[in-house]
Amino acid sequence: MTEISKNTPASELTIGGNIYNAGNAREFKTGDWRSVKPVFISEKCKQCGLCFPVCPDDAIPVNKEQNREDFDYDYCKGCGVCAKVCPFNAIEMKEENE
Amino acid sequence: MAYNLKEIMATKPSRFTAGHRMCAGCGAPVVGRTVLRALKNEDHAVVSCATGCMEVSTFIYPYTSWTDSFIHTAFECAAANSAGAEAAYKALKKQGKIPQDQNTKFIAFGGDGGTYDIGLQSLSGAMERGHDMVYVCYDNGAYMNTGIQRSSATPKFADTTTSPAGKVIPGKMQSRKDLTQIMVGHHLPYVAQSIAINNFKDLYEKSEKAIYTQGPAFLNVLAPCPRGWGYPTDMLMEINKLAVETCYWPLYEVIDGKYHITYKPTNKKPIEEFLKPQRRFKHMFQPGNEWMIEEFQKEVDKRWQELLDLEEITNKSTEE
Amino acid sequence: MGIRERLSGNEAAAIAMKQINPDVVAAFPITPSTEIPQYFSTFVSNGQVDTEFVAVESEHSAMTACIGAEAAGARAMTATSANGLSLMWEQIYIASSLRLPIVMSLVNRAVSGPLNIHNDHSDAMGVRDSGWIMLFSENNQEAYDNLLMAHKIAENKDVQLPLMVCQDGFITSHSIENIELLEDDKVKSFVGTYKPEHYLLNKEEPIAIGPLDLQAYLFEHKYQQAEGMRNAKKVIAEVSKEFEELTGRKYSFFEEYKLDDAEIAIVCMNSTAGTTKYVVDQLRKNGIKAGLLKIRMFRPFPTEEIAKALSHLKAVAVLDKADSLNGAGGALFEDVTSSMFVNKVQVPVVNYIYGIGGRDTTSKDIESVYNDLAKIADNGGTDDFYRYLGVRK
Repeated sequence: MTEISKNTPASELTIGGNIYNAGNAREFKTGDWRSVKPVFISEKCKQCGLCFPVCPDDAIPVNKEQNREDFDYDYCKGCGVCAKVCPFNAIEMKEENE
Repeated sequence: MAYNLKEIMATKPSRFTAGHRMCAGCGAPVVGRTVLRALKNEDHAVVSCATGCMEVSTFIYPYTSWTDSFIHTAFECAAANSAGAEAAYKALKKQGKIPQDQNTKFIAFGGDGGTYDIGLQSLSGAMERGHDMVYVCYDNGAYMNTGIQRSSATPKFADTTTSPAGKVIPGKMQSRKDLTQIMVGHHLPYVAQSIAINNFKDLYEKSEKAIYTQGPAFLNVLAPCPRGWGYPTDMLMEINKLAVETCYWPLYEVIDGKYHITYKPTNKKPIEEFLKPQRRFKHMFQPGNEWMIEEFQKEVDKRWQELLDLEEITNKSTEE
Repeated sequence: MGIRERLSGNEAAAIAMKQINPDVVAAFPITPSTEIPQYFSTFVSNGQVDTEFVAVESEHSAMTACIGAEAAGARAMTATSANGLSLMWEQIYIASSLRLPIVMSLVNRAVSGPLNIHNDHSDAMGVRDSGWIMLFSENNQEAYDNLLMAHKIAENKDVQLPLMVCQDGFITSHSIENIELLEDDKVKSFVGTYKPEHYLLNKEEPIAIGPLDLQAYLFEHKYQQAEGMRNAKKVIAEVSKEFEELTGRKYSFFEEYKLDDAEIAIVCMNSTAGTTKYVVDQLRKNGIKAGLLKIRMFRPFPTEEIAKALSHLKAVAVLDKADSLNGAGGALFEDVTSSMFVNKVQVPVVNYIYGIGGRDTTSKDIESVYNDLAKIADNGGTDDFYRYLGVRK
């Protein structure tokens, strides 16, 4: 975990604003940006793969069997690009609090 | 090896992680991630990034979205940063100060502002000097990070905050610069224009070639901006498709001076289809402004024809 | 025993770079520093160094490539002058904020405009608040010696700041003088190898450099930089001592020339100190107790030490080879007077702007300053403290 916060004294901050923990932005969740959310209807999904790469937020996990899993709502910002490219209507966009 | 998107997604990790703060539906992270996925898993990259949307959203202290080594200094000099790091790599490797089996690749990213405009000199210099690096322009057609100001990549008539469509002047009055052609003029081993489309084959394969071609390579990738272009966030892939099907953004590569158009639409769509969904071109569809669409179409046709001619000429000359 | 040679200031700087054998040199030609990359590229072409020489298309790219190289884990060096430094300006600040110990030879020249290629200090003064350590050199020997000490200072863990070695354009850079060089192997072992803790080319630990650093962090990062600059003072003293043990050549924060018993003194930097020493000697023959304080370490500024060194005088003149155009005096004058004030030293001080755009400053000019100082010493002060030396009014 990144231990730097706005309360960290100067003596404990990395110099120059360097970060030695590459990829640590995963600790920063962007899911709360969402106002609409994609819902994955797995029974309609043919695992065609078209939705995997279009997600700007890496929120569609792909497993070792080369199949997608359910959305990672920690990061999904609800843009809806995935739902639009799905040829099988396996992704439905819904209001966040529905 | 045949292109297999599912396999790539399953076996090659994302090197541009979630937790970045680009807008919902932004086209740029999709481009950045695909380019980096073209790296071999065992290879390491030093990524350099120009100031712009991509930089300020991916590395906000203390969080970075880049799993490779990353450097950002300023707006106009992503290419020179890469050049310096690449020179260091050569020097240190020659002296045995880094492991001989380490393979590090140098990839620079810049938006159109940082590439077509303020960073053009730095880019031109780095490419001319022949550094073994790839420069990737994610072209969203305006200075989006500062609030949608026109750049030299902004298409003619587009309504931006410094080329507003007003009562006397209907948007940007100049045609867009053709940076890809300028880079071809540098006689690089590899230059390509691409976009994220269908199963990403075009972008992935061009990235792979650009990264693993010895010497300087340039990739120009259109990266739509829902906010700046004024279309709903879910339309990214449709906009990309229309850009290609109308020949607004032709897909091609130039290998050692030889042009190869990688996709030729069988039925070239009228430019209206690309312009219509975008708020920045809304004024072009008002009665009396038909001339603007006609003019835009003529320019697209002219540039597409030039490209077809170039493909023919450059391939003919070597056959003889 | 060193090697006796006759070299220009630019040659001396290039030879120092050759002996340091940096990993990367990125530079762009600009008068009067051009010869440095010129000589150096010959060393590269002849295989005398291991350096990758990057012949960039601008000074902005020179500094940017140096940043990329240094961040990657290499030792990077460059050389420039005047407008070249102006074009680098944005990256100058970034280099120090990223804590990269890049070393530069700055061959001082007037910054445009109008265009002038000759010496003054307006280029250096333009970056005096940029977080670079700045060492000034009276002659070729000092330019050479300061460069040999540069990496040990800049790369020190408690410092980690870039460093520039200044010498006067043409006056020093192009005049050939005697010099004593150190043997290559001695330079090599003195300078040592660069072992950064974190660097881009470490595949085992990918790092990110140059964030968007917002309100919660930039203040602290700037404080860290200030700490590095404060620490530099001690490190410069240590490295200079070590250098003295090796060469017998003594370097302090500043040189006091016949200052101990002086009543009146001039404070200046670079080659003018040579002329001033000559004038001091002449005046001393006539029983006038003149002295000189020549600044070597301009950044960090040795506030307490300078105040103390000037405290016994009856009048002091600070010579600035660049005007700050602030209606109040030059940059060195401001630093010296504020140092004296906060250290409660009350001596009348007067400022002379001189030598702008390469205007010759002769021994007669310097003598006139001492004559003025003698009067000020008698009168106990002056209201006319912001003066020009030798300008046609």
